[in-house]
Amino acid sequence: MSPSVLLVIGTRKGLWLARRNGGRWELTGPWLPMTEVYSVAVDTRGEPRVLAGTESPHFGPTLVTSDDLGKSWQEPEHAPVAFPADTETSLRRVWQIVPGSPEEPGVVYAGTEPSALFRSEDGGSNYELVRGLWDHPHRTEWFPGFGGQAVHTVLPDPRYPNRILVGMSTGGVYRTTDGGAEWNPANHGIRAYFMPENEYPEFGQCVHRMARNTAAPDRIYLQNHHGVYRSDDGADTWDSIAEGLPADFGFPVAVDPADPDTVYTFPLVADQHRFPPEGDCRIYRSRDGGDSWEGLGDGLPREGFWSAVMRDALCLDDADPAGVYFGSRSGEVYASSDRGESWTRIAQHLPDVLSLRAAVV
Amino acid sequence: MRITLVIPQMLRSTVGGAGTLRLSLDEEATLRQLLDELAVTHPALERRLRDETRTLRRYVNFYVDGTECRALDGAATALGDGVEVRIVPSVAGG
Repeated sequence: MSPSVLLVIGTRKGLWLARRNGGRWELTGPWLPMTEVYSVAVDTRGEPRVLAGTESPHFGPTLVTSDDLGKSWQEPEHAPVAFPADTETSLRRVWQIVPGSPEEPGVVYAGTEPSALFRSEDGGSNYELVRGLWDHPHRTEWFPGFGGQAVHTVLPDPRYPNRILVGMSTGGVYRTTDGGAEWNPANHGIRAYFMPENEYPEFGQCVHRMARNTAAPDRIYLQNHHGVYRSDDGADTWDSIAEGLPADFGFPVAVDPADPDTVYTFPLVADQHRFPPEGDCRIYRSRDGGDSWEGLGDGLPREGFWSAVMRDALCLDDADPAGVYFGSRSGEVYASSDRGESWTRIAQHLPDVLSLRAAVV
Repeated sequence: MRITLVIPQMLRSTVGGAGTLRLSLDEEATLRQLLDELAVTHPALERRLRDETRTLRRYVNFYVDGTECRALDGAATALGDGVEVRIVPSVAGG
């Protein structure tokens, strides 16, 4: 029998929950209506906790938690994620929520706009600014992409809690090995074509998303603003794995939690043509670490699909085999239980899907 | 002096369901001082009205006896005894 899976769907106008019991999906929502939900997480290190970063156009951003799988939501009286007064900065949005290492069960990280990292030690209710990254001398040279200047990817190393990678648009990849006091850029080999005076700068790359397999933490995949890369040495160096894809532009990348060679992406034609090639909705999968790719479209709209998949709207669950999920800007959510070979639409007509996370609960 | 703060429906959950709050402030208090007081007594409400730099949120209006504060002196608008401050979210979005 299939395990019970919770899929959390963050959209531009609230959050939906999809629950699979047996082979059937049940959808509830909208929760947190009229908020933009750019980040969601399901922390299964203890009793399951669902976390969501929301932004009300009127009343600003916040971060809420649920300990009953979304039936009720809590947040502290004071802002859970807020810049200290001396920074003279205000939070625009929480782009990423990531549970820390299993060895630190209370630790949760939040990546934000403007580009900063926050750390919680109480399971994700209250956060403090990680000063080492905020005070980095490069910070004044990071600049916003279309989506804003944000830390959108946070990858704690499951072996060593003090080792953390962050990705930002723009700014690139930064790495700490001491828990956040000192950070160094880690972009060797990633091209920044929009900086013609030096296309391989130390920093300034426009990273769209990174993914790490917890069983092989030194292998990291990266979707760049043009360019798809893999590192096998913990982000010391990056090599292109774009050959075999129909385009090297796109936003999401996700890796199978049980197989570090199996990786998924959703190519778009180009920066100036952000559509699936020929309007054909296909997830691209590699089973050899990006050395070769295949397009998977069984069950997906094969023509007239002019939508896109945002950076956090492609994910896998922790079942065996892992379920694969993606959501579109046109409000559809698709699921695959056979590693992408075939797909089933489990939601449609939602607002733009911004974020997805799934877990066995 | 005493002022009355009128809370819109969508924010009443932050103040235990109340539609109005009656606050005692120093003589010659401004809207900023009213919000500073709220930050202490009702932080879950205040942070939805201002960001952490204490800037008024763009799409929240503060009507002081019927005039939006940005047509007066903004957060520096002086409040008088018996004034009503009404919080009104902007009509915006899609």
